Amino acid sequence: MAKRSPAGKAGGRLRLLRTTAFKLAAVYLAVFTIFAAFLIFYIAKNTTQLLTTQLAEAVDQETRELARQYEVGGLSRVARIIDRHSRQPGASLYLVTDPDGDIIVGNVAAVPPEVLTRPDSDLHPIPYRRLEEDTSADHVALVRVFALPGGFRLLVGRDIGERQRFVAIIRQALILTVGLMVVLGLASWLFVSRRVLKRIDSISATSRQIMTGDLSGRLEVTGTGDEFDRLALSLNTMLARIEALMVGLKQVSDNIAHDLKTPLTRMRNRVETALAHPDDGGREALVTTLEDADQLIRTFDALLMIARTEAGSSGLAFGEIDGSAVVADVVELYEPLAEDAGVSLSADLPEEPVMLYGNRELLSQALANLVDNAIKHAGEVVEDAHVTIGLTRGKEGVELSVADNGPGIPEADRPRVIERFVRLDESRTRPGFGLGLALVAAVTKLHHGELRLEDAAPGLRAVLALPNERALTDDAKSSEAKDQAAAAVSGGGKGA
Amino acid sequence: MRILVIEDDQETAAYLVKALNEAGHVADHASDGDEGYAMASHENYDVLVVDRMLPKRDGLSVISELREEENRTPVLILSALGQVDDRVKGLRSGGDDYLAKPYAFSELLARIEVLARRNTPNEAETRYRVADLELDRLARTVTRGGETILLQPREFRLLEYLMKNAGTVVTRTMLLENVWDYHFDPQTNVIDVHMSRLRGKIDKNFEKQLLHTVRGAGYVIRDDG
Repeated sequence: MAKRSPAGKAGGRLRLLRTTAFKLAAVYLAVFTIFAAFLIFYIAKNTTQLLTTQLAEAVDQETRELARQYEVGGLSRVARIIDRHSRQPGASLYLVTDPDGDIIVGNVAAVPPEVLTRPDSDLHPIPYRRLEEDTSADHVALVRVFALPGGFRLLVGRDIGERQRFVAIIRQALILTVGLMVVLGLASWLFVSRRVLKRIDSISATSRQIMTGDLSGRLEVTGTGDEFDRLALSLNTMLARIEALMVGLKQVSDNIAHDLKTPLTRMRNRVETALAHPDDGGREALVTTLEDADQLIRTFDALLMIARTEAGSSGLAFGEIDGSAVVADVVELYEPLAEDAGVSLSADLPEEPVMLYGNRELLSQALANLVDNAIKHAGEVVEDAHVTIGLTRGKEGVELSVADNGPGIPEADRPRVIERFVRLDESRTRPGFGLGLALVAAVTKLHHGELRLEDAAPGLRAVLALPNERALTDDAKSSEAKDQAAAAVSGGGKGA
Repeated sequence: MRILVIEDDQETAAYLVKALNEAGHVADHASDGDEGYAMASHENYDVLVVDRMLPKRDGLSVISELREEENRTPVLILSALGQVDDRVKGLRSGGDDYLAKPYAFSELLARIEVLARRNTPNEAETRYRVADLELDRLARTVTRGGETILLQPREFRLLEYLMKNAGTVVTRTMLLENVWDYHFDPQTNVIDVHMSRLRGKIDKNFEKQLLHTVRGAGYVIRDDG
């Protein structure tokens, strides 16, 4: 990493504030602060209320008791009781005044005078000073003033300093908690967003590099298996697929350029020649040109078909189809052709129908191409040529095969013949344009299957191994198969 | 027949109109979706030839709107998109037939002729007859000059399709689509072999040939009188 300029730092900070992580952190912080404040406030309020109630009850009880004692033993008895109680530690406040408001007995040095003039049933906090204390600090107490007969006043109260200390503690706790939360929130946000931003930045940077045309670049996978790794893996898979498709596309365009230019040039020259000699067989030239044009269109169609099939063209109807019927139809279509070529064509079908998951048209076309090849190659070389289409259901899935007893393909050439436009030298003289097997391979891939070319000793056996439907509907497997297909496409060498 | 060609490419359209006129039809031309829709809904045409990608309004929406208005004129869709799924989409929106570009003009003409016939009550007939060749669709029998001809099931369907469109040239592609339900082009012309077998069965022992090959186009069954 290069050192950042101050401006860059400020920009970085600004960017940090714009991140989703910050917004999320802010929201969480706000929510939790409100929650914590509410919780503490609720606890404090309830506790204070409880304490107050308890105090009030204690004061009331004592007041009632003293009033009763007054009735029984008069002022002197009350004074005695108050005296005794006052000496106990943590005693309540007591005060008895005469009608003039002078203190007769009690342990309170001073109370606001107006308190005593309003005897009522209400409890209220008042400031007071204790007798034995020499400090001038005011305490606060909850007191009740009770009018005794004869104009005397009785004041009973409890110090609420404890309650206030409790409230103060709660307040402190609130401030501390919120403060701590803010600090922790900020810290975790910084940590998370730094980390996240770093990963996102690396993904962005790599993406930009890839966008400039370097499709071989891949996103960094740290190996922690976190969501960024998963994202990077998905993106990498996507990139691999795109790269494979691009390679395929490039190959197709190269092949088109190479293999279609020749017949086009031929056509052009023929027309030119015919124009130069208007009275010399122009019609024949036109007919041949028409045939050439048809062949070109067919080649184009086949190429497009292969390209689209390899790209896994969506929207093709896949479903449960009767494999035996597909085979029987292809045999029925080619049987007359085979007979004319002196080849016996037969189907080797199991007793019960074999259902498979796929697209009837594509599989028929693949089989047709294989049968077509087999008839051509075996029919021309062997005396009693025969071609057999087989269909078997195994544990892995369904296998469709086309076997002939012709010359076969040398093992070294087998991987190559599947590529587009590849035609082995010995078949260059025969009709065809070298796209048959490429299409078969593409169709097999689209069905997540595998195309195998085997030695039928003698001859060639082409096997389309198609997985069961269960495997096809299994997403993980199908995407894996798609990747393999993509890799296989990109792995295909240069077409001849 | 009156045919409306809705096609935005002027050169293609001019060529089509000229060729249709030469084949004995009356052809009109609309160059965008709106104009095509207006003409198709106000005039009486036997067949509409609609390009899929049109300015102002997409060809498929023109077709589905006409179909919603109970306009049953047969429609042939022309499109550069030739995949099976594109074809299905086109036919679902109300098209009767689908031809992918680039197409051979003979193919287009053959399809237009067959579409136009579809409006005739021929569909409901149970017996087809061309000269002394008779095909009974219910009994699944074929006779010529009173003699029974034994055909394989597929051969029967091949002959049925040809006789249903007697006098009209049908192409190899049309036969593959309608008799085999295949929408791909086999590398070798397997259809020709099937046709020569069929010819062997219905024409071989007779002086008058009914099944004719039209070079560069396809096949036709007709009584040349």
